[in-house]
Amino acid sequence: MKIRLEKSLAPNRTSQTAVPVIAVLLALVFCGLFLAATGRNPFEVYGAMFSGALGSEYGISETIVKTIPLALCGLGVAVAFRMQIWNIGAEGQFYMGACFATWLPLSFPELPFSAMIPLMMLLAAVGGGFWGLVAGWFKTKWQVSETITTLMMNYIAILWVNYLVYGAWRDPQGLNFPLTAPFPEAAMLPAFGTLRVHYGIFAVLLLAGVLWLMFKSSKWGYETLVIGSNPSAARYAGIDIRKNVLMVMFISGAISGLAGMVEVSGIVGRLQPGISPGYGYTAISVAWLARLHPLAIVMVAFLFAIIHVGGFMIQTMGIPSAAATMLQGAILFFVVGSEILTRYEIKLKAKEEVQND
Amino acid sequence: MGVTPLISMRNIVKRFPGVVANDQVNLDLYAGQIHAILGENGSGKSTLMSILAGLYRPTEGTIEIQGTEKRINSPSDALACGIGMVHQHFRLIESFTVAENIALSKTGGSFLLDEDEITVEIKALGEKYGLTVDPDAYVWQLSVGEKQRVEILRMLYNDSRVLILDEPTAVLTPQETRELFSNLRNMADNGCAVVFISHKLNEVEALADRITVLRNGRVTGSIGREEINQSKLIEMMIGRDIITAYEKSDPPGDEPVLVIENISALNDMNTLGLDRISFNVRAGEIYGIAGVSGNGQRELAEVIAGLRHTLSGSIRFYGEEIAGMSPKDIITRGVSYVPEDRLGMGLVPRLSSCDNVILKEYGGAKFSQGSFLKRDAAIAETNRIVKEFDVRMGSIHQPVKMMSGGNIQKLLLGREIASQPRLMVVLYPVRGLDIGAIESVHKLLLQLKDKNTAIILVSEELEEIAKLADRVGVIFSGRILGEFPVSRMDTEKIGALMAGIVEDGGAK
Repeated sequence: MKIRLEKSLAPNRTSQTAVPVIAVLLALVFCGLFLAATGRNPFEVYGAMFSGALGSEYGISETIVKTIPLALCGLGVAVAFRMQIWNIGAEGQFYMGACFATWLPLSFPELPFSAMIPLMMLLAAVGGGFWGLVAGWFKTKWQVSETITTLMMNYIAILWVNYLVYGAWRDPQGLNFPLTAPFPEAAMLPAFGTLRVHYGIFAVLLLAGVLWLMFKSSKWGYETLVIGSNPSAARYAGIDIRKNVLMVMFISGAISGLAGMVEVSGIVGRLQPGISPGYGYTAISVAWLARLHPLAIVMVAFLFAIIHVGGFMIQTMGIPSAAATMLQGAILFFVVGSEILTRYEIKLKAKEEVQND
Repeated sequence: MGVTPLISMRNIVKRFPGVVANDQVNLDLYAGQIHAILGENGSGKSTLMSILAGLYRPTEGTIEIQGTEKRINSPSDALACGIGMVHQHFRLIESFTVAENIALSKTGGSFLLDEDEITVEIKALGEKYGLTVDPDAYVWQLSVGEKQRVEILRMLYNDSRVLILDEPTAVLTPQETRELFSNLRNMADNGCAVVFISHKLNEVEALADRITVLRNGRVTGSIGREEINQSKLIEMMIGRDIITAYEKSDPPGDEPVLVIENISALNDMNTLGLDRISFNVRAGEIYGIAGVSGNGQRELAEVIAGLRHTLSGSIRFYGEEIAGMSPKDIITRGVSYVPEDRLGMGLVPRLSSCDNVILKEYGGAKFSQGSFLKRDAAIAETNRIVKEFDVRMGSIHQPVKMMSGGNIQKLLLGREIASQPRLMVVLYPVRGLDIGAIESVHKLLLQLKDKNTAIILVSEELEEIAKLADRVGVIFSGRILGEFPVSRMDTEKIGALMAGIVEDGGAK
């Protein structure tokens, strides 16, 4: 007997859904073995993570708070990935969005809520979009790999925010901490009751819905899909690739930029270093696991948020939150690794068949 | 011959899904000989040599090296057997030096590299064979000819005794070509067996000791240097033609629809692909372009479709200059282009038939409203095309890459015909199709002609042109060397023109 992989002709719908789910379970088993080896009861740990993230109002609220930026950045990168543009700069675009948005309340603190919030959102989209557009422009002009430029520009954006909060934008009343002045009330996104969950969730749901519709049945969605699948067919069909690269990089960056605004205006209330614990990077995994499907991105972001918040909770059990990071890594590893099984079929072959194969 | 051949390929068959690339091929290579493999693009030359170089495994057949059977499973197996191949696209690392590139391919040897020693060896080899190149130069600094020399040196450095060169002159200037030829002769004289893949008759004639001709994956003849005869080689390459025309109507008018004047354009290698080409096509006429592929056919089609820039000249379509217009503007004027690479350019393999049907018209009122696509219209049109052109498939929502070659072509042609073009440029429309599909494709083209569409039919099969076309132009090196009404087509003369042989001013 010999085991071999054969390219399956039809991408199988059942295996496309079943394989990632099985992969996630395998990742849980794998990490469970690891936890068991360190002398913990994996069921207890997973149980604690789960009940920590979803077992209380506070937990659910925190989980959704984490879901919002992850989902937004995930939607942002998905727009680019769909066209095979490897924008891994969501992190930088997030920071630029937050930075542009912060400028408004710092400069015009008296603006009313009805003007402040929409303008901040607009500024954030422009800031993040501009950051993406720079990489897109280099790509169309000189074929500079966007993977490199977007990655490098992440550092620039993060350090630029540091420069501002340590210097020009530092709060004079802030006891020398690297923080801007707190936002006025009008610049804060409303939250639900006393919880931290804020209206940013509407941005997530709205954008996911709009993108889902656009991907599925708009001309733009079709154009970007064709470019991503076969650029020479796109050129042949008269699709302007250059225009689309620039546009997609802008939109992709704008969505991540919006995530930055939502985070400073909904949670932090000011600009400060480290406003993102790497949402822009995790979003890449989120988008990938969700196969770039906008609605699935929201769900995967929620799953990652559970692991993240659950990771905090298990620290009380004396387990480092790195265990949660490990679980995230393992899930990604198993899902990406099993990807091949959705495109190939496992075939068992008898000996003689192999020979005249 | 009493000598044992260095390499002996026996009954080689190579099948790819749906295609037989090599069919019962036999080939003997002798030390000291330059052996040319002649044939048109797609005739199976490169596949055959890739089998020898270990890139493909033959479906059937055996390879003997100096009389003993060997299995060559990988390029490193081939190298170990002394077989090296220089591919059309070089496999060098641009940011490494010449010496580093050559050292990289060294099989065996010690763990640590002695660069000085390698440099000395490369210099010595270079002098021996006349392949001068600076071992310390970075590959990106080298000209194309020099890069090729590095590839050859790499083979020699590995003690390869069988050197395969895949279309080595395609990228070279005439000066570099002459140099290459003398180097190859030098290697043969030193006991190597040199294999030279080409579709250019004059080069083969100038260099080869022995010529094997392939056509549609089969050997159609193998002759020694003393027997070389151009018309015989042409016949072996393109086949003897049985001319049986379909019923076809005469073009109604003399008014040309498309007038091409003195168009020049670069090819992908940045050399002149089209060289002041001129011709015209009338409404309801099929203008056949005969020629060995690679002589500017693709460039011509792309220039007309707006996918390639022109250097000079004009293209007038119904009196309007279209050279320099965007592909989209040209499509909306009713010019349809059916490319040779159906899945690479004409269709999007990953997408469904439905998504492929709307590829060129998705933005028009037919398939969209405002910013959104009209899915129902797309499905209806796809079903109509599938029915009218008899495209067989599982479902119109399946990716098109799962369809068979003939159905892929029918879908592509169906889409283009459904767009009611005023001019269609169609390249090698029946390449790779079976007889049934060939006939239906031909009928479709004739129906289109009856609807008064002007058609440019690029083909390498004279038979096909004779059957379908009203006039034929012979393309060679980016120029039309001669033009004839099909009724007065002389196969031998066209064959000669295809090889670039112009006699006593008989052609223009």
